Amino acid sequence: MQQVVAGLASGSIYASLALALVLIHRATGVINFAQGEMATLSTYVAWSLMTNHGWSYWPAFVATLAISFLGGAVVHQGIIRPNEKGSVLRVVIVTIGLLLFINGLIILIWGGEIRAMESPFPTRTIEIAGVAISIQDIGTIGVVLATVVALWLLFQYTKIGLAMRAAAVNPTEARLVGVRVTWMLTFGWGLAAVLGAVAGMLAAPSLFLDPNLMAALLIYAFASAVLGGIDSPIGAVVGGLILGVGLNLIGTYVDFVGADLRLPVALAVILIVLLVKPSGIFGRSEVRRV
Amino acid sequence: MRLGRAAAPIIAFVVLGVVVAVVPSFVSAFRAQQLAYVGIYLVALIGLNVLTGYTGQISLGHGAFMAVGGYTTAILMSDHGVKDVWTIPLAALVAGVGGFLFGIPALRLSGLYLALATFAIAVSMPAVIKRFESFTGGGSGINLFGTPELTASLTPVTILGQELVFNDWLYYLSWTVALIGYVIAWLLLRGRTGRAFRAVRDSETAAQSSGVSLPRYKTLAFGVSAAYAGAAGSLFAIATTFVNPDTFPIALSILLLVGVVVGGLGSLVGLIAGAVFIQFLPIWSQEISQSPGAPSVVSGLVLIALMFVLPMGVAGLVGRLRLLTRRGYHRADSQAD
Repeated sequence: MQQVVAGLASGSIYASLALALVLIHRATGVINFAQGEMATLSTYVAWSLMTNHGWSYWPAFVATLAISFLGGAVVHQGIIRPNEKGSVLRVVIVTIGLLLFINGLIILIWGGEIRAMESPFPTRTIEIAGVAISIQDIGTIGVVLATVVALWLLFQYTKIGLAMRAAAVNPTEARLVGVRVTWMLTFGWGLAAVLGAVAGMLAAPSLFLDPNLMAALLIYAFASAVLGGIDSPIGAVVGGLILGVGLNLIGTYVDFVGADLRLPVALAVILIVLLVKPSGIFGRSEVRRV
Repeated sequence: MRLGRAAAPIIAFVVLGVVVAVVPSFVSAFRAQQLAYVGIYLVALIGLNVLTGYTGQISLGHGAFMAVGGYTTAILMSDHGVKDVWTIPLAALVAGVGGFLFGIPALRLSGLYLALATFAIAVSMPAVIKRFESFTGGGSGINLFGTPELTASLTPVTILGQELVFNDWLYYLSWTVALIGYVIAWLLLRGRTGRAFRAVRDSETAAQSSGVSLPRYKTLAFGVSAAYAGAAGSLFAIATTFVNPDTFPIALSILLLVGVVVGGLGSLVGLIAGAVFIQFLPIWSQEISQSPGAPSVVSGLVLIALMFVLPMGVAGLVGRLRLLTRRGYHRADSQAD
């Protein structure tokens, strides 16, 4: 049971990064390989605000979200949009270039050493129904859930959310009825960067902060997104939670896998889902026009 | 007629062969070693080009196939006492079979999803290597220094009456493999198979309706491409005389893709440019900044900039220039009329 809760906590971090991937894939049909590095960069900004400028966690958290939003929007306007025409490969290569660039930039600015990030939640455990659960895990799950609910409200009940959905589903018609599609996509990249930042800032206290913080998390997020259906936001969240719990249980109880082989297990999940049911649990199947 | 069309590339190739052969006499042993690595990257890029340039299948996981080749060589040398040169074809074979097998599930993936799956392979490869410790030496890797009789690292090699120091030997070995590899790829790509690969790249649906078997050619492209990566990995292991899980990181896979994009997914000249770029980028960027992050920053910027200005890479630029001049000629001709 304890492992399940711990799994839910890491699963919710995968979920929030997976949600970022799904958001961008739905809107632009691209997988952002730099999503993890963008999140790491955000986390470094937060760390810097706290360590070098003496901010406490939550103000730094909010400020970082704002900075990340701007950063994501700038990335889309600056380097993604001009390369959207032509083959998908082109944008994929641009995001890989961005991955390299940000990774190098982090090392350039902050150096390669591992840093500790203070946790916003106490690390002690409380006992609920005979199960010892750490407050940090509960806090992590809580923050991610709050983010997901906020996002859902945004998409379902605001004008901008409706416009974003329209832009993603049918850009041409959306443009005809007056939706500024490009700006909606930019907004989407900003939101995705925010989600990544949430994942990074929640993961850093327990995983420690280093330039490659999100590399493994990105694979877990890919696996979650694919498992849930790469076009389905709900799928990303559910996929993330399933993967988090599943990996934790397998890692703990299957000796052969242990702590080392979790990454290959995630890879296996990606491959198996893509082969058996490419649309994932919640996704729609893709129809290709010739 | 056939021979006539083949003449130009054959002459170019012979000239290149001569240039490659005489270079070590003019450069230092240190430089020769750097150029040897260029040759090694070239082998991998030729292979990746078959897959990505010709068949249109992206791979972010070729570092993993290099790891398979490198470990094949290391294990054959340290556990079975096979001489280094003979492990190269075996490494290519093992990696090729691996690539072929991966090509089967990859059949159902295209574009983005293939990039994702291959990326995941490259990321999880070090973890797999570390886990099977008894076979691969785990995190500490396999050291080949202990077997001086199998490699040239300590004693000079004598070939055709010439005594070669290790760096020169390495240079000739890797470039010989690269040039042989290029000829094989050229023979493979100029005929029926090459046409089928390009048909798959340009439109899978159209290729299929013209009777090109997608499963056969896609898995073939994966197998061939991985075999090249395996040979490159094997050379890499021979060159560093040491392999561990971090010899073949995800960054290597990404760099190979960078190299093939810089090379413009096409000609031999472009691929050499790509290989030079991969090898010398860290050295050049050291001049800008001493930080270990500098090479990534520069290669990231170059990659993005390339997609802006020439989405087809260096070879694309050459092709475009040629097209321009040719058009110029035609215009001149028609005006003369």
